[in-house]
Amino acid sequence: MQALDRSLDRVRAARRRDLLFAALALLLLFVASLVLLGLILDLVLRGAPHLDLDFFTSFPSRRPSRAGILSAWVGTTLVMVVVAAVAIPLGVGAGIYLEEYARRNWLTDIVEINITNLAGVPSIIYGLLALGLFVHGAGFGESIFTAGLTLALLILPIVVVATREALRALPREMREGAFALGADRWQTVAMFLLPAAGPGILTGIIVGLSRAIGETAPVITVGALTFIAFLPPSPVGSEFPWVNFDWLWSPFTVLPIQMFNWVSRPQPAFHDLAAAAGVVLLVMTLAMNALAIYVRYRARRMLG
Amino acid sequence: MRRHGALGALLVLGGLALAEPVVAEGDIVRIDGSSTVYPITEAVAEEFQIKYRGKYRVTVGISGTGGGFKKFCRGDTDINDASRPIKESEREACAAGGVRYIELPIAIDALTVVVNPANDWVDCLTMEELRRIWAPEAQGKVVRWNQVRPDWPDRPLTLYGPGVDSGTYDYFTAAVVGREGASRGDYTASEDDNVLVQGVAGDPGALGFFGLAYYEENRGRLRAVPVRNPATGECVEPSVENARSGRYAPLSRPLFLYVNPERLDTGPAVAAFVDMYLDPELIVELVREVGYVPLPEEGYRLARRRVEARVTGTAFHGGAQVGLSVEALLRAETVD
Repeated sequence: MQALDRSLDRVRAARRRDLLFAALALLLLFVASLVLLGLILDLVLRGAPHLDLDFFTSFPSRRPSRAGILSAWVGTTLVMVVVAAVAIPLGVGAGIYLEEYARRNWLTDIVEINITNLAGVPSIIYGLLALGLFVHGAGFGESIFTAGLTLALLILPIVVVATREALRALPREMREGAFALGADRWQTVAMFLLPAAGPGILTGIIVGLSRAIGETAPVITVGALTFIAFLPPSPVGSEFPWVNFDWLWSPFTVLPIQMFNWVSRPQPAFHDLAAAAGVVLLVMTLAMNALAIYVRYRARRMLG
Repeated sequence: MRRHGALGALLVLGGLALAEPVVAEGDIVRIDGSSTVYPITEAVAEEFQIKYRGKYRVTVGISGTGGGFKKFCRGDTDINDASRPIKESEREACAAGGVRYIELPIAIDALTVVVNPANDWVDCLTMEELRRIWAPEAQGKVVRWNQVRPDWPDRPLTLYGPGVDSGTYDYFTAAVVGREGASRGDYTASEDDNVLVQGVAGDPGALGFFGLAYYEENRGRLRAVPVRNPATGECVEPSVENARSGRYAPLSRPLFLYVNPERLDTGPAVAAFVDMYLDPELIVELVREVGYVPLPEEGYRLARRRVEARVTGTAFHGGAQVGLSVEALLRAETVD
């Protein structure tokens, strides 16, 4: 009887500890979300009054009431198009190669170690690298294309690692089943593995793009401007072939730089504008996330 | 694929609504440099773009004074915003790049020493006292107010100032300590002056320094300390008038524009921009509006004359120099 009592006591004590830990975890979660919520709320409350059409269609100005983010949001959008177009195929491709094709040898080991380490390199280093490599070395100049390449490079490790993790999480039976049905390696990857790993890869891509959209330092280093009262050439024309890529070579600015500049100004009215720009940046990031969740949902349904 | 479709649609909309004609190469003014000078240049650029809409274009970056000179001396930019005079190493870089420059003071920034409003004992500081507070030797030693002046209370003294990368720090150390970049390290440093404002406003024992505009915008939360002018012996409040008249010395520093003289002649845009920048009718108002101290009008006239005569070179022989009036600067001999 006594032995039973003692072990029951132990169980009870363990349960109490469990409960305590759960309560502590919940409390921490609560505090963390509260801080985040507070920050977002402050941003929205201060920024919201400035969020009118004029704010989106005006160039920067010395007068807070006239200043807008036209050049900044257009620049951010165009840069992100380049980032997505470069980082997604390159990162996913590299991930597939490393996980499914590459033989285990010292060369792949080195590549692997480097990719993992690259994820921890401060972003300004990428800016300096890009300044030498893209701006002067390759002669791309201080352009949207250079900024896109730089940020793509910055998020490449994130995309590669996410792709690899997603592929690695798939059961071996899936590959073996595909091989047993006579599929070759590429067919296995394209028809079975990629669709199944899609949600994981997509999450990695979104994390990467969300990081890229908020970067300031590397973009300033490669020559992003602050005051620019004109827009890049339109990507669509009225004549054949209706698209042109001149905008890739255009000078530009991005939202985080405009925010950074406004935050450091002495006049409080500019700080509110920075909050408004922050809301826009937040909404752009959320919209990207929402799009990814939607695509993921569709992909799951198609698989199911 | 869906993603690209959506982004594409956004671009098409944006592009269609906002297309503008392309402008020829000589019609663009490329400016980079100090973020301190940026608000003034932004204001001029804004007016310039309104006047010459569709004809000329201006771009302004904020790589910092040093980063800007790197680009300027390679010929990447036409004009550099600088919160300090060109340095020896930068003069060499410009010489190596075959780039000459016209040095133009365009405004004054009065470095303002501030304390918490609860501080009722400091009525005036001498340069010697400031040196005693900020010198490298003071590190860990001068930590109470009565160590600065014995009849001040025995209260902790905490310091706030800009980070070592800023031109404000360079100038302040040159003026106060006597050696550019030399100061104690145990102070709260931030590149964002608004953080310094917060710090001093919330700390009764605080002393800090930054540009006049940050004080002007936070008058209720800070108190500016008059600084004794060593030449006249009088305690002078930092203010637009006192900085402009030269009475607030030596903590008034000039802000500069460096112009590549070749670009004044290659296209009409740079010349038109500089001309607008030095127009006393306009610039005095703009400089005031963004929170800096305009030069006396004579200063802008002298600067214009310097541009017309294409006088290149610097009146400074390296480093931040202290206590020169702007007219003296503009009349001084320059060296390339």
